[in-house]
Amino acid sequence: MPQFANIAVSILFDGLAYAMFLFIVSVGLSVTMGLMGFVNLAHGAFAMAGGYVVVSLTRNLGLGLIPSLIISAIVVGAVSVFFERGLYRRLYKATDLEQVMMTIGLAFMAIATATYFYGPIPKSVPLPQWLQGDVNLGFRTFPSYRAFLIAVGAVLIAVLWYGFERTNIGAKIRAAVDNRRMAESVGINVDLLFTLTFAVGSGLAALGGGLAIQLLGLSPSFAVIYLVLFLIVVAVGGLGSLKGTLLAALVLGIFDTAGKYLFADAGGFFIYAVTVAVLLVKPAGFYGREQ
Amino acid sequence: MAANSDAIGPHRAAARERAAQYLLRRHRFTWAEALPWVIALACFFLFPGRMVFGNQLLIWLMFAVSLDLILGYAGIVTLGHAAFFGIGAYAVGLGAAKLGWTEPISGLFAAALLAALVGFISGWFLLRYRGLTLLMLTLATAIMLQEALNLRSDFSGGYDGLPGLTFKPLLGLFDYDLYGHVNYIYVLIVLAIVFNLVRRIVYSPFGQALTGIRENVRRMHAIGSPVHRRLVTVYTIAAGIAGVAGALFTQTNAYVTLSVFDFDNSAKVMIMLILGGTGRLYGAFIGTVVYMVLEDYFSKLSPTFWQFGIGLLLVVAVLFAPRGVLGLIEDAGRFLSRRKP
Amino acid sequence: MTAALQVESLNRSFGALRVARDIDLALERGARRALIGPNGAGKTTLINLITGVLAPSSGRVLLDGADITTTSQAERARRGLARTFQINQLFRGLTVLENLCMTIGERDGNCNNLWRPAGAKRAVIDEALGHLDALRLTDDALKLVRELPYGRQRLVEIAIALTQKPRVLLLDEPAAGVPSSESHLILDVVARLDPDIAILIIEHDMDVVMRFAKEITVLVQGAVLTQGTPAEIMADEQVRAVYLGQEGHKVRHG
Repeated sequence: MPQFANIAVSILFDGLAYAMFLFIVSVGLSVTMGLMGFVNLAHGAFAMAGGYVVVSLTRNLGLGLIPSLIISAIVVGAVSVFFERGLYRRLYKATDLEQVMMTIGLAFMAIATATYFYGPIPKSVPLPQWLQGDVNLGFRTFPSYRAFLIAVGAVLIAVLWYGFERTNIGAKIRAAVDNRRMAESVGINVDLLFTLTFAVGSGLAALGGGLAIQLLGLSPSFAVIYLVLFLIVVAVGGLGSLKGTLLAALVLGIFDTAGKYLFADAGGFFIYAVTVAVLLVKPAGFYGREQ
Repeated sequence: MAANSDAIGPHRAAARERAAQYLLRRHRFTWAEALPWVIALACFFLFPGRMVFGNQLLIWLMFAVSLDLILGYAGIVTLGHAAFFGIGAYAVGLGAAKLGWTEPISGLFAAALLAALVGFISGWFLLRYRGLTLLMLTLATAIMLQEALNLRSDFSGGYDGLPGLTFKPLLGLFDYDLYGHVNYIYVLIVLAIVFNLVRRIVYSPFGQALTGIRENVRRMHAIGSPVHRRLVTVYTIAAGIAGVAGALFTQTNAYVTLSVFDFDNSAKVMIMLILGGTGRLYGAFIGTVVYMVLEDYFSKLSPTFWQFGIGLLLVVAVLFAPRGVLGLIEDAGRFLSRRKP
Repeated sequence: MTAALQVESLNRSFGALRVARDIDLALERGARRALIGPNGAGKTTLINLITGVLAPSSGRVLLDGADITTTSQAERARRGLARTFQINQLFRGLTVLENLCMTIGERDGNCNNLWRPAGAKRAVIDEALGHLDALRLTDDALKLVRELPYGRQRLVEIAIALTQKPRVLLLDEPAAGVPSSESHLILDVVARLDPDIAILIIEHDMDVVMRFAKEITVLVQGAVLTQGTPAEIMADEQVRAVYLGQEGHKVRHG
């Protein structure tokens, strides 16, 4: 392959893998923010928690990576319900600032807890044989793990799309995102819906966190460092939109990767420049609704 | 109209006068307002060994006051306020390192002007947006500024910082000592001047308009308020003040790194303000003191416990004291005055 | 003579939904016009179009002969156009007196002043108190708006609009949500308004409309059905059909 095309393909591939990670974690945040208008800055902490659960399951209990990922997602999703019912519920009518402050507080508590139990040094997970090394896709070889990440992402996108667009529950969620009061008056139990989406969103965040360990490393500060990115994806994609989150994740993931590949020093700049450019023109994001 | 109401009786006239006096008197200084300054001076004499810490506290206080103007009074929620602190800090730092501009007081003015200019330009564009959009835009622009300076780390010193800055003695007379005594009084005086400025703005008709925008921006449009212009004005002023705080930071530390732009700092100052109570001038004082004293004590004990503690404090505060410590004091006051016969 | 407010062929669509169709309306100085129509007819939308909250798809709005179709909400207010909202839009965390003082401040440009204290202008405070007196709100002057009962808040809503010293006043269901024991207060205020001001009032209660209005415009599905004097409107067959609908009894306020 010619050098230029080779680099382009690498960028696309890595960018796609990164975008899948961003999507998997951010989609839950986008739907819950779109549904309840609730600014949850602890979302990154759920992702971090998911990562640490996977670390414990694989290192301490010797479970395989795939089962650990699944268990982690389910456990974190289930636990998040307690947070939602016990804590978040009380702030649905509160101001944005109060929601921001409380969830930041939760994030801090989560980070401190993780530091206490796991220490500040980044952790890794043992990979099964078939995820190590490279995989040959015919015209080129690619890192197996990233290919795996892309595959998982694709499957999840299909599943989520189906759930969102084709099921009853998905229709209810879309209706409630569109117009909550109307949805309630038609008899949709928005509270229950929110608990459900919150649990699924948090579970997906945990999954994303677990998947990210190999890609980005896991330390307690994961919760806030990547939170900025998740928020950007959500803002650029548009609240409550699956399509928007995906598009934003792709655009931002690929731009960021390209930036880091091509302009090593200025790398971080691009993702923020793109964000500002999009938001200035479309303040509600790609598929958000104008207020 | 007036003639009719007076005819209804002295009761009505008395109520009118009471109401008028309340508004006429509100801006006057009360004795209680001298308290923070008395305490600050007292600390100078009581804790001569803690003046470096005292310095930082006063600087953060100024930073928090500048945030209160836009967050507490105008209701602008931003995640990029540290950018202006950083601009002020680097204006002085680069001025001293590259241009030999070591005169401190003129450095303050330059920093304020530069930060205000950036505030004006960014505010003009960004303050057309609200909510999550504004949060993300302010955050992104602050990070971009940091990254841009990092790009030219040969120029800016990057995260390693600009070391070994020296500054001329204040007013040509007062040289700096290792223990920060001169610095403390210097910062305290600047803080007093800046705070008086903020206080005037808050009690002015313009300040009234800001609270109006915060309370109900739809209504403000409907009564003819040039909302965007007001927001840009206050944002510019707050940026200038944050710039002064940043400039003082560099001057008193004789050192500055890119970490002054960190999102951490934007979040930290917001937390201080919320804990103290927004939109009431002195909330910044209480919040900053509480936060920094606690942080100074606990983070030395164990940074992890401190982080957990501040997180817990935030959650508890939002649930039970959303209007901050000042709010609790006000509630207590109201409760006690209701008990009087 | 130029009308105080003129609306020409005003149109507005949201996609396929036309909420305003070719609306023509003129308010003379001193007009007392009621805007009536079934729920969803687009009455509030029309007010939003006139005040600039919504931009029209086509058509013009003229204030005292000047084209204000593309001017901002705030600019229209400064030129003498005031409105009340159907649901109170007040400064709830501030006292009643401050609500009015701020309105005066914005009206007269005081609020551009960052330096002198707001309390320095006695005249402003006195004017605000004068308005409060007229509405019997003096005792509430130092109360926070959110502590007042809804009926009094509604009076504050109107007070703000009056404090703007408007030439054209648009009232959106001023008595809405007010317990009937208190609604007469509001209606008395409206009745006593300066005869020079052109007033357009959206109202459902026909008794109020009959008492207050010299002219009535009937809006149905975004279009003007008919305009005329109260007597003409009451006798109009089309209007009766629209209002009486299938029920065959008078439509009550709701």
